[in-house]
Amino acid sequence: MNQRRNLDGARLAQEARQGNRRALARLLSLVENGAPAGLIALSELFPYTGQAHIIGITGSPGAGKSSLLNRLAHAFRQSGTRVAIVAVDPTSPFSGGALLGDRLRMRTLINDDGIFIRSMASRGHPGGIARATHDAVMLLDAVGYPVILVETVGAGQAQVDVARVAHTVVLVEAPGMGDDIQALKAGLMEIADIIVVNKADRPDARQTMRMLQSVRHGGPSGHHGPGGDAPAPPADADAWEVPILLTSALEERGIAELQAAILAHRQYLSASGQWAARLAQHARAEVELWLRRHFEALQTAHLPPERWESAVDAVAARQAAPAAVAQNLLEELLASICHRRRGEC
Amino acid sequence: MERKIRVLIAKPGLDGHDRGAKVVARALRDAGMEVIYTGLRQTPPMIAEAALQEDVDVVGLSILSGAHMALVPRVLEEMRRRGLDDVALFVGGIIPPDDVAPLKEMGVREVFGPGTNTHDVVTFIRQAVDEPTA
Repeated sequence: MNQRRNLDGARLAQEARQGNRRALARLLSLVENGAPAGLIALSELFPYTGQAHIIGITGSPGAGKSSLLNRLAHAFRQSGTRVAIVAVDPTSPFSGGALLGDRLRMRTLINDDGIFIRSMASRGHPGGIARATHDAVMLLDAVGYPVILVETVGAGQAQVDVARVAHTVVLVEAPGMGDDIQALKAGLMEIADIIVVNKADRPDARQTMRMLQSVRHGGPSGHHGPGGDAPAPPADADAWEVPILLTSALEERGIAELQAAILAHRQYLSASGQWAARLAQHARAEVELWLRRHFEALQTAHLPPERWESAVDAVAARQAAPAAVAQNLLEELLASICHRRRGEC
Repeated sequence: MERKIRVLIAKPGLDGHDRGAKVVARALRDAGMEVIYTGLRQTPPMIAEAALQEDVDVVGLSILSGAHMALVPRVLEEMRRRGLDDVALFVGGIIPPDDVAPLKEMGVREVFGPGTNTHDVVTFIRQAVDEPTA
């Protein structure tokens, strides 16, 4: 395809570190596409990561995530902080295309050198962010953005992957989100470090806030990491109590309070040792993800498409059970690797 | 390695009619492209900066106000200032036939008028990405 894609990852990494925005933009594409040059750049830049405060903004479609993020980014800019934004929108499962419209609500940010906005399509990844979102965040971290806002797709109850990327998760709810049983269900509510009832200009906003407050004390708060392997912070006075805030992106209300809550959470993470715990969780999630990616690459390299087809056909015809067929494929994969390595395995 | 064509669809200037832009954006999405839609009333620096940050292959401008001969050179200048010489620019909207040749002279790769089949826009973009100008 386009010749401008033949790029040197290490050189781009250096240019991006020196503040070249075009180099950064190209690197973001390369990591998004899983290109080898992107991997080289990620390795080069990895030592510089770990500095940024990564803030996830999640919530259902139409809750006002983009508008709120716009206001929040402004608030950080007013305190002189440079901000990077990764906004994820869904990829069509039918065409593979995507309409990325989050910039529509961030238009006031665009004439500001201290802001870098990147729209990202989910490309079939189910967890509310794209597979390469963490890689994109690492690049932005490495080139020196101290605050990175990650906006998920309009998320459903189980789309909790943002907790694998962010230090602080802000859950944005709109008034009238449902009854308290909805709020008690597992998922998004559990990964929230800060809950925001947006559209406070609407009359039922306070009622929604009261309902959320009434269920807040039902369980330990401030815990993180889907999968249940993350230890919840101790239920003592030092534990983080999830604040529930009212905001109106429309009327620009509650934004300073939200920013203050985010900064307070950052302080809490450092003071309680949770910062390191979350970094460890993120590291685990990333290594797992990369292990799966490497395994997928092996599958592609060692199992020809016609072998896949015959395996799928056998299951569809009810000649073999899926688990047994997958086991056979795994054996063939291992044998193929062994063969190509001339028996050294 | 998964590579998608990325397109920025923007409306510079003051006219408030974005229906055409949305139709094109949707058609490109349905053709498997990733379309960044920026909405109304974008200034030339805003459009060029968005094209840079989003690392798009192609920029499409929708202009119905008649101000294309003023707006297009400014967008092209802002794009060149950011080193985006290899990003193809096309224009859609109400463009008098006499203006098409001067626009192409400035560096616009294609001009689409009213009644354009969206299929032609898709075909143009695929070609523009496959055969970038020097």
